Amino acid sequence: MTTNALSFEPVRVEREVETISRPSLSYWQDAWLRLKANTRAIVSLYLVIGLLLFTVFGPWLWQVDSSAQDLDQISAPPGAERAVTVVDEYRPWQGATATPVAGAGGELQAPASLSVAGDATTRAVRLQWSAAPDAGGYRIYRSIFDTAPDGALGLPLGDVLDPTTVSFEDRLDLQPLTYHYSVVTLDDRGREATGYTSVPVEVTRVITAAQAHAKGLIDSADVVRPGDVLKLQMHPLGTDYLGRDMLARLMHGARVSLFIGIVAPFAFVLVGIFYGSVAGFMGGRVDQLLMRFADFVVALPFLLFMILFRILFNVQPGDNSILPMMVAMVVLSWPAVARLVRGQILQIREEGYIGASRLLGAKTNYLVLRHMIPNTMGVILVTLTFAVPSAIFTEAFLSFIGMGVAPPTPSWGSMCNEGLKTMLTTPHELIFPAAFISITVLAFNLLGDGLRDALDARMRATE
Amino acid sequence: MSEAAAENLGQGTTWNASALLQLLYLGGFGVLGLGFILWALAQWNEGGAGDAADYATGTVTLAMSQEPPQLDSTRSTDQVSIAVLGHVMEGLLRYDQDDQLVGGVAERWEIGETSATFWLRSDARWSNGDPVTAHDFVFAWRKALEPANVSEYAFILYGIRNAEAVNRGEQPLEALGARAVGDRQLEVEFARPLPYFDKLTAFCTFNPVHEAFYESTAGAYGADADKLLYNGPFVIDQWIHGASLRLKKNPNYWDADRIRLNVIDYAYITSDPLATINLFKDGKVALTSLNAENLTDAMQQRWKIHRFADGSVFYLGLNHRPGRPTSNYHLRKALQAVHDPGELVYKVLKLPGNVPTNSLFPVWLKGVRGSFRQEYPAPKHHPDDARGRELLARALAELGLAELPPLVMLIGDTPTSKKQAEYYQNLFKRKLGIDIKIDAQIFKQRLAKMTSGDYDIVAAGWGPDYDDAMTFADLFTSWNENNRGRYANPVLDAAVDVARSSNDPQTRMDAIAKVQKIIYEDVVVLTQFERGSVYVAHPRLRGVVRRSVGTDPDYTNAWIAPVGG
Amino acid sequence: MLMYTLKRLLQGVVTVWFIATATFFAMHAVPGNPLTNEKAVSPKIWAELQKRYGLDKPLLEQYGLYIKNMASGDFGVSYTQQNRQVNDIITEHFKVSATLGILAVVFAAFGGILWGALTAMYRNRAPDIVIVFLVILGISVPGFVFAAFGQLSLVKVNDWLGFTLFPVAGWGTVQHMIVPSMVLGLGTMAFLTRLMRSSMLEIVNSDFVRTARSKGLPMTRIFRKHELRNAILPVITVLGPSIAAITTGGFVVELVFAIPGLGRYFVQAVQQLDYTVIMGTTVFYGAFLVFMVIAVDLLYGMVDPRVRLE
Repeated sequence: MTTNALSFEPVRVEREVETISRPSLSYWQDAWLRLKANTRAIVSLYLVIGLLLFTVFGPWLWQVDSSAQDLDQISAPPGAERAVTVVDEYRPWQGATATPVAGAGGELQAPASLSVAGDATTRAVRLQWSAAPDAGGYRIYRSIFDTAPDGALGLPLGDVLDPTTVSFEDRLDLQPLTYHYSVVTLDDRGREATGYTSVPVEVTRVITAAQAHAKGLIDSADVVRPGDVLKLQMHPLGTDYLGRDMLARLMHGARVSLFIGIVAPFAFVLVGIFYGSVAGFMGGRVDQLLMRFADFVVALPFLLFMILFRILFNVQPGDNSILPMMVAMVVLSWPAVARLVRGQILQIREEGYIGASRLLGAKTNYLVLRHMIPNTMGVILVTLTFAVPSAIFTEAFLSFIGMGVAPPTPSWGSMCNEGLKTMLTTPHELIFPAAFISITVLAFNLLGDGLRDALDARMRATE
Repeated sequence: MSEAAAENLGQGTTWNASALLQLLYLGGFGVLGLGFILWALAQWNEGGAGDAADYATGTVTLAMSQEPPQLDSTRSTDQVSIAVLGHVMEGLLRYDQDDQLVGGVAERWEIGETSATFWLRSDARWSNGDPVTAHDFVFAWRKALEPANVSEYAFILYGIRNAEAVNRGEQPLEALGARAVGDRQLEVEFARPLPYFDKLTAFCTFNPVHEAFYESTAGAYGADADKLLYNGPFVIDQWIHGASLRLKKNPNYWDADRIRLNVIDYAYITSDPLATINLFKDGKVALTSLNAENLTDAMQQRWKIHRFADGSVFYLGLNHRPGRPTSNYHLRKALQAVHDPGELVYKVLKLPGNVPTNSLFPVWLKGVRGSFRQEYPAPKHHPDDARGRELLARALAELGLAELPPLVMLIGDTPTSKKQAEYYQNLFKRKLGIDIKIDAQIFKQRLAKMTSGDYDIVAAGWGPDYDDAMTFADLFTSWNENNRGRYANPVLDAAVDVARSSNDPQTRMDAIAKVQKIIYEDVVVLTQFERGSVYVAHPRLRGVVRRSVGTDPDYTNAWIAPVGG
Repeated sequence: MLMYTLKRLLQGVVTVWFIATATFFAMHAVPGNPLTNEKAVSPKIWAELQKRYGLDKPLLEQYGLYIKNMASGDFGVSYTQQNRQVNDIITEHFKVSATLGILAVVFAAFGGILWGALTAMYRNRAPDIVIVFLVILGISVPGFVFAAFGQLSLVKVNDWLGFTLFPVAGWGTVQHMIVPSMVLGLGTMAFLTRLMRSSMLEIVNSDFVRTARSKGLPMTRIFRKHELRNAILPVITVLGPSIAAITTGGFVVELVFAIPGLGRYFVQAVQQLDYTVIMGTTVFYGAFLVFMVIAVDLLYGMVDPRVRLE
């Protein structure tokens, strides 16, 4: 090893090493930066904004009354045929009669022929048939499927218990479809004979000029003549069980559902965080007392207290009781969150960095706000995102038993309730509201995830 | 190693994943193992279960919408209890498979102008072997009227002499005009003419009760299978509360040869229509009702669909208490003018069994000779919007109002009632500009509000208790507690009085026709429809009787055809 | 420990008494009367009915009587299920609800911990994304839809198999219990999955795990002893109340699958304003819940060395 003068030169201080290359970030700045880096979180943020726009500006763009009933298009799926033929006013039908025929004994036969009198329209299908020998009456069936090969005749529409009458007028829920009508002979005690006579009938959708005018399809009842073809109102997402526009209902329903689904969970989660962190931080007797009170609240029957809050708020029949509903949810739902937060705080309280911070002279407020709550954020956000759908469904349940929003105000949850009953035949009534709830929940979950990652103090080290 | 770990922190590390794989394998094996055990168990258990309508054992399996609250016939009020009682008990008379009144415990009877006599058959027995005597009837009727027993159906006995006074506690039980002459003869004196007394005796409140047994249960009569004594075609074999109720053929029944089923097993208790449909699809129950929502599904399954009128009539009740807007005649007329029962039934309710009606009296009621409604047709009704608006203007002038305050429509919490209410809300708004506030209430509160009169319009219905027009006619008399709208009209009261104090069919039916007319013309209620029920049954289950009045559904005449039969 | 347990139990009794009191007065403040029925009765009979059920007495006297009976374990007679003791209703139907609830919670906890750990391990990768998506579907579709779909798929499965693997509805055998409990536990499972994922992520990055790693401990040991054990803590916190909530909250599942559980009775009781059943079930449920919370707190003390019970 050689020693020269160079060895005794002072080391050049490299200033750059000491400078901070990037500006110092506060906790929240850092959180925002990391949130922005998370694509899924940003997409979900846009989704949430989109939902809010849908709620606020939707009804303004799609100006259809959400409670208007289009009884000509009940439970219509999206993109259903809308053509309708103009006809004259409805005139009652006298029906057809025949003199009863005496038979040669033996087994009862089905009528020899079955036909449609006049036009088969959605207003009425008029059937008449030839008298069967020895008949005591007739029973009329209708199916949307072919009766062959097993003779499944479908819906029994009605009985004609008078052998002289050989006609029947069907007005029940007629849709522009092909129906298969059948008639079966009954004996004098009302029992069915074995055979049947069947006829396929194609039904056309009709409307009178006056009705078309009332619906606003035409400017005046005089401009159309019977036989003209009009188009019924358009419903982009179809209609519900009373012929109400699904899109308009989803938009209006969003107001209630998103309000309840967002505000109520936020409110009770905040209460829960406050309560839980106080209990967890104070510990000892205070903690004991506070948690026993939480146990007490958790056990109170929700439904009963919901009724009470309605009375307290003096809710009149038929009024929307969104406020009492919110209050009941907040007052009765916070203990679960409080319990969770307290558990976490108890755990964090014992962590080394808390002790260190305390040694450095940190105040209680600082400890709770800077260390404890950010460290419980993960659990809190999970609870919050789960509280969103459960609040939406609680609203639906309460509305269903008459304690939430009053009809005709729609909400997503109650639309789901209604849609479930017909999920096999008209699935769009369930799928659309359920999809909107899912999107909302998805957006809040992904956003919650992103926020959790961004807010988690420990994650800062992992970049 | 540690470097790699540091890099993957928070992203999941390879070695953590392998630990997890371990866990997953374990979990997977656990699930597979459990699945196998279950499958094995399923095989093992399968042996005993048969078809929902099993020919070999004569067993029919069914679902019940709710459990009977209790089966003390003197106090039963609900549909389910009455249906079960119809299978395990028998009154003096009963309805046969053609809905004809035939002898039950009574083998012979005479209904006079002021009294009736029943001669009991000697072979009618209780399930413990004791004979059914006239004393059992007298005891049961007195029990039903005893004030402390608080039977809600006590009123149905009021046609018997002194019954009302006994029920009010004004006379002793012994004053009741029903007397046992020996064991096998029952004498009944009437308080007023009761030409339909024979039909009344088929109702469950008239069933006999074994006195010694009743006393031995110490107040729990009818609460459990062993807390009841039976005299009907079946006995309750097993009653697991909330879960199932199984009936077994009664060997002591006098007409046991007539009964072809061995077991009626109500194996499921659920009021969820989807659940019962699924049970039916899976071959687990032999009969189930359909609703408008699953008709298409039923057609797709190619089931044989049946329908029948369940006897009840539905209407919009109106509040006639002074001060209520609906007490105004012209307002009621205006509502009626725009009301279209046909549209409600055909477009909104969509169930083929329902029949729109303008009369409170259903089509199956008997008149003088044939059908009441053929002899006295229902009032004609044509919806007329312009007339409705005119009438509304008159009503507003009379009420001294520029605009009508919102009307409150009280409804229950069933899906159908909500659907209906939303339809009416839109209808009255669109046609008359009247705002309707829908007040949906759970069962007890709806009843409380109906009783206190806290509504303008209420969706309600009335089912018949016995097969006579009187069961509907006296509904809106000023003395009837079920007249919740407090409608009071001396003309209607007088007509009902004529109908119930006469024995002459013509006089009675003329008076009832007058009631039918008043109810439409004075708009006591807005009649909507006669309810129909649509159902599907196991193809080999035969002889089930559905009826408007009496035990429904009635399996006492049912049988199961063999496979292929 | 023993002293602590005793103290907690004593506090529990007081809590239950508070619950009973609040429910009693809330219930009586609700308009309506349990004795109202479809058929109206004359005022005379009405008064008789009120007297028979002791509803004619002043409210405070009724309350005193009720608390006295309750203390001796007598919940009275039901108004709607006449002639039936509320005690019988609770004992008969609670065991059904509890069986269903415990199975559901076992299912939820098993699935939740497994899926939660898996998603945390594969954070932001395919398994995570798929499971998170399923979980979100699980919570954004209400329970009644799952119940309906669950039952419908059973019909299809049985139809396809040609024999009954799982019955469509009813109660009694093991097979009856599987599908309803899975449907019932689904929501809780989704919740636990998310909770587990979240707490697992925190643990993976915590100091002691890092220490354990740098010590060179075997991977399985770190996973089992450090990560899993710590991550499960918040899951245990919510497990207690969820057992209680699931046990009485299974109303829809009980209805759809025709299961004779207590949940159905409770909802019916509120709708029918059946005073004694409301009180009986609420007090019983409250006691059950309070007991579960105590049990969980004790368990917590055992699992987590940092929490000391005093």
